[in-house]
Amino acid sequence: MIKQAPERLTSLLDECKSLAFDLNFTYAKQWKAKSKFRLLVGYLPIYVPREIIHAANGLAVGIMGVGDRKQIIKGDAYYQSYICHLPRGVIEMALDDNLNDFDGFLFPSICDCVRNLSGMFKLAKKGGFSRYFDYPQNFEKHIGGTFYRELLETIISDMFKINDHKIISAHLNNSIALYNKNRELIEKIYDIREEFPWRLSAVDVYHIIRAGMVINVEKHNEMLEEIVNLLGEDFGEPMDNIRVVISGAFCEQPPIGLIKSIEMAGCYIVDDDFMLGSRWIQGNIDSTTSDPLNAVVDSFLTQSAPSSAVYDIFNPKSARLVKQVRDRKADGVIFCAASFCDPALLDRPDLQKACDDAGIAHINFQFHENTGQFKVIKEQAGTFSDSIKLWV
Amino acid sequence: MSDPKEAIKEKSMVIQKEMLANLFTELSNAKANGKKVVYTFVPGNLTELILAMDMLPVYPEINALQSGMRKKSGSYIKDAEKMGFSEDVCTYVKCDIGMMLNGNIGPTGEKLPDPDLLLLSYTGCFTFLKWFENLERLYPGVEIAMLHTPYQEDGVITEEQLKYMVKQLEEDVIPKMEKVAGKKLDYNRLNKMLENAAKAEDLWVKVLETAKNRPSPIDSYFAGVYYMGPLNTAFRGTEEAVHYYEELYKEVTDRMSQGLCPVTPEGEMKEEKFRLVVEGPPNWTNFREFWKIFYDMGAVIVASTYTKVGGLYDQGFRHEPGKPLESLAKYCMGCYTNLNLPQRVDLIEHYIKEYKADGFLINSIKSCNSFSAGQLLMMREVEQRCGVPVGFIESDLVDPRYFSYANIKNRLESYFQMLGQRKVILAQEEVTA
Ligand code: SF4
Ligand code: SF4
Repeated sequence: MIKQAPERLTSLLDECKSLAFDLNFTYAKQWKAKSKFRLLVGYLPIYVPREIIHAANGLAVGIMGVGDRKQIIKGDAYYQSYICHLPRGVIEMALDDNLNDFDGFLFPSICDCVRNLSGMFKLAKKGGFSRYFDYPQNFEKHIGGTFYRELLETIISDMFKINDHKIISAHLNNSIALYNKNRELIEKIYDIREEFPWRLSAVDVYHIIRAGMVINVEKHNEMLEEIVNLLGEDFGEPMDNIRVVISGAFCEQPPIGLIKSIEMAGCYIVDDDFMLGSRWIQGNIDSTTSDPLNAVVDSFLTQSAPSSAVYDIFNPKSARLVKQVRDRKADGVIFCAASFCDPALLDRPDLQKACDDAGIAHINFQFHENTGQFKVIKEQAGTFSDSIKLWV
Repeated sequence: MSDPKEAIKEKSMVIQKEMLANLFTELSNAKANGKKVVYTFVPGNLTELILAMDMLPVYPEINALQSGMRKKSGSYIKDAEKMGFSEDVCTYVKCDIGMMLNGNIGPTGEKLPDPDLLLLSYTGCFTFLKWFENLERLYPGVEIAMLHTPYQEDGVITEEQLKYMVKQLEEDVIPKMEKVAGKKLDYNRLNKMLENAAKAEDLWVKVLETAKNRPSPIDSYFAGVYYMGPLNTAFRGTEEAVHYYEELYKEVTDRMSQGLCPVTPEGEMKEEKFRLVVEGPPNWTNFREFWKIFYDMGAVIVASTYTKVGGLYDQGFRHEPGKPLESLAKYCMGCYTNLNLPQRVDLIEHYIKEYKADGFLINSIKSCNSFSAGQLLMMREVEQRCGVPVGFIESDLVDPRYFSYANIKNRLESYFQMLGQRKVILAQEEVTA
């Protein structure tokens, strides 16, 4: 008889699921309501240093689009058909008051859609501040580093103007330590998934990580710790699935049905870039210095995950993908990008070439966050899985 | 449909044609003559720096648009798609990559030289960054210099941004350029070029402002894209460019003093019926057909945002000889696509009022998120603020699959009808008043 997952794990996963897709951000709003000195700062994919928001007595809330959970009525009137889906859902939320209690918004520099969305928020006068988070593409400490520090100081001052809360080094060090812990625990979940992919599904992992983008890090860490412990038990049963890495879905998110379909077609997703922002910094940031802001700056310059969002002339992102496949003992890569997503789709040929050169099998498809039909994708993934099982 | 007649050319156009022919000859002889070649982009280009170090610039977007005009882009794009590029991405990139896959043959039929330096001054478009990453893979080992141009996200250029740009120029970009050029940057020479640039910019602004006249002697969009050529590409900072703009200004003021309308490829327009402001780049694959729809209806574009992708000189910016690096930095940050959305709306509102336009039209480009994302909101804002009829059409820069002549013509005809009716109503109101 197959041993069932512990009940507590199931209830934690249910909690993550409902948090992850609460487009009213109820938890975050309740958290804020507890003190008038608390802040909510919404951020879009891909990366913001949440540590500084935390240290400013704020909660950084990831706005990852509406997926297939909300009908887009107004948003479509703001975007032409040939623009990806993510921003239209975000505008819909803004116009429908889902984002009402937010004090500010950050739009990380990932593409011109997100960049121009920051201007739309300005025109619509949403939030106390709304900034395009134009992190440096120059990684020299005294050039890009200086600029980045000034950028962070601007955001710190935006927040200070709202809640009058001054960040002191001890606060920021504490926030850094909490997020270090958070990334460590997330990596542990991925490691368990790598070793025992039958113990929780890719959708479960997705919910767990996404929940962490809308709740405070302290609570998320508690949940993660409990989940990691529970996953130590032996339950479930391995299936004859291949192991794949998903690449290209770092901004607009695939619908849950799509992730499910891939697994149901016989592919264990052992790594992905769905919420790369939460895993952006590789390793820990020093949480013991007298100048923690400097540590945050350094981490961006030297520990950022190579991705489509940063300038990458020597191609570490291809090398990273190949390494990820090797490390996770994956059999192949599924390139899965949002339609009309220039950053992902312009990188795809090169990433595919890197896979070819390394002898890694791959397939690709595109999606919209509200794609409703998965039959073709399931067939494609099924054929991919079969061909790998047959030949490898 | 397309007009087979040879286009009528003004004298300034003949001068420009010669300038371009000489440049392409120089480029095809570059390797033999030991000249270094720099690939770089138009918005926020650093032409004076390149020329001051005796290197020759090549602009991939210009290659793409010329491929579009020469009807080659369709097959180039398909070749890039065969290589794995999605149908969804910017067609300029695919056209350029397709052109390289096909031997990198330039508009004169000669092969363009490979780059010695990729100079990515990344202004107002994130795709540029991806484009150059792809070029680097096609030219492995090529020297690369990258100038990250911060976005005017708050509607201003801050001191921090300026310092960041200057530092990048001083410590990274210029040393790399010097290494490739094999010589030090001569600041006196650079300053002289910036002085020439400012003279040409003065003249260009005067040319643009003639469109305030009724009738306008120029079309600021369709002809404007030719007029802006020397300033936006390989000639800014040269005596030749100053001479070109002197000639152009003379030509335009002559026309203005005679009360003439703009010159079109089929000769002079007879009557100015509608004055429009246009946002967005034009379509290149069917450029003349596209233009013809407008001039057949007596519509003149009196101001356009696209002609500001290479700099907002009409809003006061000038290259400054005394402060070369600061002024290059401000130039890069000031180009149109580096403005935030509220600034773009303000600028359009200003154009509609200053140039007494009857309407505002957006040509939304499928490829170009930098321009297109947010345009529908911009359109509403402009309509509210200015009360003029707004129109919206869609096409692409260089992908012929996305130019639907019938569709665009129908939409424009209805739009012109609406403008016509509004004119009648306004005239009646004036009489009654
Ligand atoms: S999905 Fe891609 S194109 Fe769309 S906003 Fe995100 S990064 Fe930009
Ligand atoms: S997205 Fe637009 S601005 Fe950017 S390269 Fe393409 S056409 Fe040019």
